[in-house]
Amino acid sequence: MSIAIEVKNITKRFGSVVANSNISFSLSNGEIVALLGENGSGKTTLMNMVSGIYRPDEGQIFVDGKEVEIHSPKDAINLKIGMIHQHFKLVDIFSAAENIILGLEGDKGKLNMQKVNKDVKEIASKYGFDIDPNKKIYDMSISEKQTVEIVKVLYRGADILILDEPTAVLTPQETSKLFAIMKNMKQDNKAIIIITHKLNEVLEVSDRVAILRKGEYIGDMETKKASQQSLTDMMVGKAVSLNIDRPTSENKVERIKVEHLTVKNAEGVKMLSGVTFSANGGEILGIAGIAGSGQKELLESIAGLQHLEDGSKISYIPVDEKEINLVGLDPLEILNQGILLSFVPEDRFGMGLVGSMNITQNIMLRSYNKGKSPMVDFNEPKKIATKIVNDLEVVTPDIDKTPIRRLSGGNVQKVLVGREIEFNPRVLMTAYAVRGLDINTSYTIYNLLTAQKMKGVAVIYVGEDLDVLLELCDRILVLCGGEVSGIVDAKSITKEEVGLLMTKVGGGK
Amino acid sequence: MFGFISSFSTLLHSAIIFGTVIMLGAIGEIVTEKSGNLNLGVPGIMYMGAIAGLASTFMYENVYCANLGIQANDFLCVIICLGSTFLASALGGLLFSFLTITLRANQNVTGLTLTILGSGIGNFFGGSLNKLAGGVGQVSVNNTSRIFRLYSNKMVEALDSVTGSFKLGTLFFSYGFLTYVAIILAILILLYLNKTRMGLSLRAVGENTATADATGINVTLYKYLATCIGAGISGLGGIYYIMVYIKGTWENQGTIEALGWLAVALVIFATWRTVRTIWGAYLFGMLYWAYFYIPGLTRSSQEIFKMAPYLVTIFVLLMVSMRKKKESQPPGSLGSAYFREER
Amino acid sequence: MQISKREGISKSKAMLIRLIAIVVALIICAIVIFLIVNLNPIKVYISMFNGAFGTNKRMWVTLRDMSMLTCIAIGLAPAFKMRFWNIGAEGQMLVGAISAAYFMITFSGRMNPIILMICMIIGSLAMGAIWGLIPGFFKAKWNTNETLFTLMMNYIAIQCTSFCVSLWENPPGSNSVGTINATGANKYVGWIGNLLSKGYNKDYGILLLITIFLAIFVYIYLKYTKHGFEIAVVGDSENTARYAGIRVDKVYIRTMALSGALCGLAGFLAVSSVSHTISTDTANGRGFTAIIVAWLAKMNPFIMIIISLLLAFLDKGSVQIASEFGLNEYVSKIITGIILLFILGSEFFINYQVSFKKIKKDGGK
Repeated sequence: MSIAIEVKNITKRFGSVVANSNISFSLSNGEIVALLGENGSGKTTLMNMVSGIYRPDEGQIFVDGKEVEIHSPKDAINLKIGMIHQHFKLVDIFSAAENIILGLEGDKGKLNMQKVNKDVKEIASKYGFDIDPNKKIYDMSISEKQTVEIVKVLYRGADILILDEPTAVLTPQETSKLFAIMKNMKQDNKAIIIITHKLNEVLEVSDRVAILRKGEYIGDMETKKASQQSLTDMMVGKAVSLNIDRPTSENKVERIKVEHLTVKNAEGVKMLSGVTFSANGGEILGIAGIAGSGQKELLESIAGLQHLEDGSKISYIPVDEKEINLVGLDPLEILNQGILLSFVPEDRFGMGLVGSMNITQNIMLRSYNKGKSPMVDFNEPKKIATKIVNDLEVVTPDIDKTPIRRLSGGNVQKVLVGREIEFNPRVLMTAYAVRGLDINTSYTIYNLLTAQKMKGVAVIYVGEDLDVLLELCDRILVLCGGEVSGIVDAKSITKEEVGLLMTKVGGGK
Repeated sequence: MFGFISSFSTLLHSAIIFGTVIMLGAIGEIVTEKSGNLNLGVPGIMYMGAIAGLASTFMYENVYCANLGIQANDFLCVIICLGSTFLASALGGLLFSFLTITLRANQNVTGLTLTILGSGIGNFFGGSLNKLAGGVGQVSVNNTSRIFRLYSNKMVEALDSVTGSFKLGTLFFSYGFLTYVAIILAILILLYLNKTRMGLSLRAVGENTATADATGINVTLYKYLATCIGAGISGLGGIYYIMVYIKGTWENQGTIEALGWLAVALVIFATWRTVRTIWGAYLFGMLYWAYFYIPGLTRSSQEIFKMAPYLVTIFVLLMVSMRKKKESQPPGSLGSAYFREER
Repeated sequence: MQISKREGISKSKAMLIRLIAIVVALIICAIVIFLIVNLNPIKVYISMFNGAFGTNKRMWVTLRDMSMLTCIAIGLAPAFKMRFWNIGAEGQMLVGAISAAYFMITFSGRMNPIILMICMIIGSLAMGAIWGLIPGFFKAKWNTNETLFTLMMNYIAIQCTSFCVSLWENPPGSNSVGTINATGANKYVGWIGNLLSKGYNKDYGILLLITIFLAIFVYIYLKYTKHGFEIAVVGDSENTARYAGIRVDKVYIRTMALSGALCGLAGFLAVSSVSHTISTDTANGRGFTAIIVAWLAKMNPFIMIIISLLLAFLDKGSVQIASEFGLNEYVSKIITGIILLFILGSEFFINYQVSFKKIKKDGGK
């Protein structure tokens, strides 16, 4: 087997964050390598450099033994490298075939769709794709769109294919179909990299596994010699002690009860199915899972921002009162019912904050509607803003001029979390509250959440760092593919066990 | 019955002349909008094209040839007229492109400004030309206008005599060449958009600029070219109005501006398909002139009738947004500036 | 050449860039004028200034035009703040004007003049609100493209105006309504200046006062009220708005009704204080110019006043040079167009940074 592509000592930094540190790695023709790692371990960054989206800061790339420079996706295609991104780049109103040939010269500019269709069908039958060249993209399911992306890359003559988490959006049946195709492509001597964090898939489809952790290359091993256990160990590493304080609260009371929660996305794909759990006051409930396992939908359902399928039940249990049914209420109605529900969403500027407004105005977002006056009250939010800025040490030139977009990520998050806590919630939901933050800010946030818990608030913490989840939370709910694969006691479970639950489709019950 | 048929065919006749003005405007705007640029400067561009064509032929026919005392060359008249019209309007498009594509100014605002500028340029020079020629409505490029309205009398008469009161000859063949050029353009552009690789790329640029960029299409070039060429075609609508509709003179009535907006409306009505502008334009023309043929209308109720094209357009716009049929929607990136680093 | 987004340019620097743009544009205009008429551009600008501010009357006319333009731009501000492209000010203004003229023509002498004035105002507000609400409703309901919808509504309004003009024609056959209540028993009824005593500076003075009042009102509305806050949130991100418990549909409809109503009020002012008549020229393209004014002012009503003043000055000044040097009056549109294009282009240098350093070649060498 000849080496198709090799990267040597690649380093990539984004500002002060090192996304890839000194990575060397190679791939042969006729080989499927699985690139394995947790979220944020640098897998996608590495592959983006190979496919011309980013430029490496240091290091070399060799294709077929020759050193190359890849400046753009077009360069990559010319080197026969094709990447299938998680977010498809397709023109919705075009047919599959039109998307496949988009941007190519073709014969004298004429659009001979019959010939294109024939070529597409040829590729399809060669590798076992099921594709209708004339079908419009907007009529397609996600897996069909993915097929178009793969055929598009093959049509352009790619010999090296990179698939970025291709199975994240597929059903098990679609996944096995995809794997069969990948094996066909391997027979055709193509070199394939599949980025994933699902262990069972790694074992099923790959020849070799390469593992990244926190931007570093940990090593590789032949799939034959690997087991779920050994891979998990390499992926998550040794448990690191973070010394996060975890006092126990005496009076735990049920606050939120979720039963049979099912949510579909705009395409009609089930994002959550039959989720049942409860969140208690005086407790941090961690939610673990691979990105896109339904965490976002879960929190948004409780906050009244999702359309729920029939049979779903969400109720809020106030102190000494009858429980309130949350299904069908929008955020305004939840507020008007007097339910003190705080939510720190994942998308800070797309949902939680208004980037063009200053800190005070962003604090007002929660409270502007208080009172009967048609005017907004700036004094109260200003006081709160000053308090948050002082208490949480937010670095900002002022509280009522600078748009919040211009603050650094950590300071933005402090404002967001600070605001939600100032709301005096009974339930506090956070999604990836420490993503992109430095260690000190992260600890500030952990302490705030723990303080809330001790005040009797029911805290729900969606996180990605297992070490943190294990030390911060009291219980951990593990989501896998939109289903609950386990609710475990954080104090007694090990990191590996959680890792296994995260990758076990539909299991664990 | 015969009376009805003959008045219907005269209605259709005036509708076709009226329609060709807005049809050319709309075809140009479709080409522009297919690249994702919403150019609301169509009226201004039609003004620019109109005045450039009129002024250049005036200079040739009434100044150059008149001074030399020679007969103006028919062929040169047309070439000079169409050439300067296209150039001037494309220049308007270039201005729009530079501001919106390179400087990323807001498209709506830039387009409206271009309309102000264009109508200013048109009316200023149009008025000056009139003065030069001796008074309001005095400028007249007889020869060029005659060529623009030339058709084969024999053929028309022959057909008319066969078809009796239907007068199919007059109905189909009594227009100047630009009327047929417009139809051919509509068909050619449809073929270009749907049957060539470049057309596919252009549509991709307008639909999803980021995706087009990722496949290696030169997005900026496509946007510039489509906008300039589109503007050039729209400008032809302006000169058609000057040479055919008002027979080679200038008037400061703001009619071109009203027709320019009607062209924008026609783009929506045709749901961004050039071939649909053909019958759409004639329909608009018929709606516009219908009051003339409906007996018993007072002058005020005639005005109500002239609303019809806009009402019909709103109806289509509503239908399109309610039915959400993907093919009928405006191009996906219409109106938004593209900046690669902003992904 | 490298272009990158620039955040947080200081206000004074931004102002300087705009000022440079205006100066450059004025120089270009001077060159254009020089090329056309071969006159000393400085002299031309002096006579422009004369034309706009030379006499008491001219100054009031300039202020009148400034006020009219500002009023419409102020009306557009709430919609634009919500990122709703209301291109329909022309039409909203016209229906307001129709309603005002209707009351003036039909009820003069049959109603107490004060009550008549109130009816005119309310009618104009209501008509404008309806005209704005229709596209707002469909945007909220089916996401119908508002730019194109409001554009079409303009022409329906223009045809309605033509209809009314021929209905109210006076004298018959003139194809115009003529000055309403210029003579006779109902002399000056419905003229806003008549609330004090008659004279153009009374009419225009009240117009100016109303404009300043509206500017303050909309400034406060957008900046200090709950509605204004909701508008700003919806304009930035619909998702955030929903998260914060804001009913996005309601805000769309309410704001467009307000925007239309304010433009309708501008129509009332055009009839009652400016022209005392109605024609399809009552709006005269100001609805479109106001869009540019509102956009360039970044929805700040006080900056709108400044920009409107600049445009009114250019307009009146050009009319002056046109009559003085024998040009036709459309030269003002050319000059306005050029200056606006320059200001528009200058925004690029405020929002983006252009650096000419060579892109560093990186990679492991």
